[in-house]
Amino acid sequence: MAKIIAGVGSSHVPAIGAALDNGKTEEPYWKRVFSGFEKSKEWMEKTKPDVAIVVYNDHASAFSVDLIPTFALGCAAEFPPADEGWGPRPVPVVKGHPALAAHIAQSVILDEFDLTIVNKMEVDHGLTVPMNLLFGQPKDAWPCPVIPLAVNVVMYPPPTGHRCYMLGRAIRKAVATYPEDLKVVIFGTGGLSHQISGPRAGLINSKWDKNFLDNLSKDPKKLTRIPHIDYMREAGAEGIEMVMWLIMRGALDDKVDEVYRFYTVPASNTAVGHIILENRQRAAAKAAGKAKRPAVKTKRAAARNTSQAVRRGK
Amino acid sequence: MARRQQEYDDIPGTFVFDAERSREGYGINMFCMSLMKDENRKAFKANEAEYLKRFRLTPEQTEAILKHDYNRMLELGGNIYFTAKLGATDGHSFQHLAAVMTGASQQDYAAMMLAGGRSVEGNRSRSGKDKSAKSKSKSKPKSKSSARRK
Repeated sequence: MAKIIAGVGSSHVPAIGAALDNGKTEEPYWKRVFSGFEKSKEWMEKTKPDVAIVVYNDHASAFSVDLIPTFALGCAAEFPPADEGWGPRPVPVVKGHPALAAHIAQSVILDEFDLTIVNKMEVDHGLTVPMNLLFGQPKDAWPCPVIPLAVNVVMYPPPTGHRCYMLGRAIRKAVATYPEDLKVVIFGTGGLSHQISGPRAGLINSKWDKNFLDNLSKDPKKLTRIPHIDYMREAGAEGIEMVMWLIMRGALDDKVDEVYRFYTVPASNTAVGHIILENRQRAAAKAAGKAKRPAVKTKRAAARNTSQAVRRGK
Repeated sequence: MARRQQEYDDIPGTFVFDAERSREGYGINMFCMSLMKDENRKAFKANEAEYLKRFRLTPEQTEAILKHDYNRMLELGGNIYFTAKLGATDGHSFQHLAAVMTGASQQDYAAMMLAGGRSVEGNRSRSGKDKSAKSKSKSKPKSKSSARRK
């Protein structure tokens, strides 16, 4: 049977994509950001998922204001990178997993989540930037197929945090009933605190972000009760993207192990947040294969040190 | 019909792109969307006022676009991810565009971001719902300087 084994949270700042595409990753400003993902790439390399489900939002690329689906599941065989005004990003075409995607669609719709099915869609930085951060910059092909789940967080109101969390739950159930043995990793992307519109642009709230990451690990149900107004007031008008992380969290077990975390301010206008959560069952299985758990702990400590170093270096 | 007041209209310096603005701003956003195509960017640059006639815009919206007044566009129903396409046509990076909307120079804005961004203290509410936070922040030099940069 298929199983979701871990969740990844990551910001999807477009400037990160531009820095990658223009070879700026070694510049001090960007190195600060990219160094926080070195451990994550190692983790992904070891984890080797068979499929990734990537929850993200489209930024006026595939969807204009003609159509604003709240949840749109990509069921196509492939998703070309969108031209966002500077030409399509030089990244491989994203291959889908139509069979699993169709299975998820059928299962969650019967669980009363009225998804929009998308059989033709281009994907923008919202999806491809987190993939670069976790999979690096492959030339020809991404290492695994991807099921995009586009969420409307552009027009108010986006789905509530609770709705997102429950959709995650339904996706977990759907994946668990898929007959093929597949290891699935789910991404929640966007955020963390940022506002890029209007005279209040530039807003960052690191205290809020830390609290969000802490609760994401330990008490996600608390996060599902946060009303939209609080996200917008405290974490910026565009910080509301964070609800997408709750789909990822809902798709995991109640108890998870936080294996890595990274946080830095800024990338362009945004606070960059990143977290890796593993289901306990998987962590336990790893522990059985000796000396794995201490390695995990070291990673966590390294993560803390990195972000603290970054904070000090600011 | 006048805009119905919403709870989030109390957030300072913020125009929430809600269903009502989405309805009103359809023309602005579809105009911005058209700038994804190079031929349209050229046509717009050649004669902005003439090009705008292709879209269903109110006189206020047309004026805001012709003035490249990004905040006014948001107020009249534009969405940032769409108006950013006009920003790109104007040669602004996203960060430059943000700086323009805050009235700061790009340099000052970038410095504010490097110093940790705009503090939420004193920036939560127009109606003073965070008054205590506001008065507290006055004693903190960091918040003062971020307020000055606005």
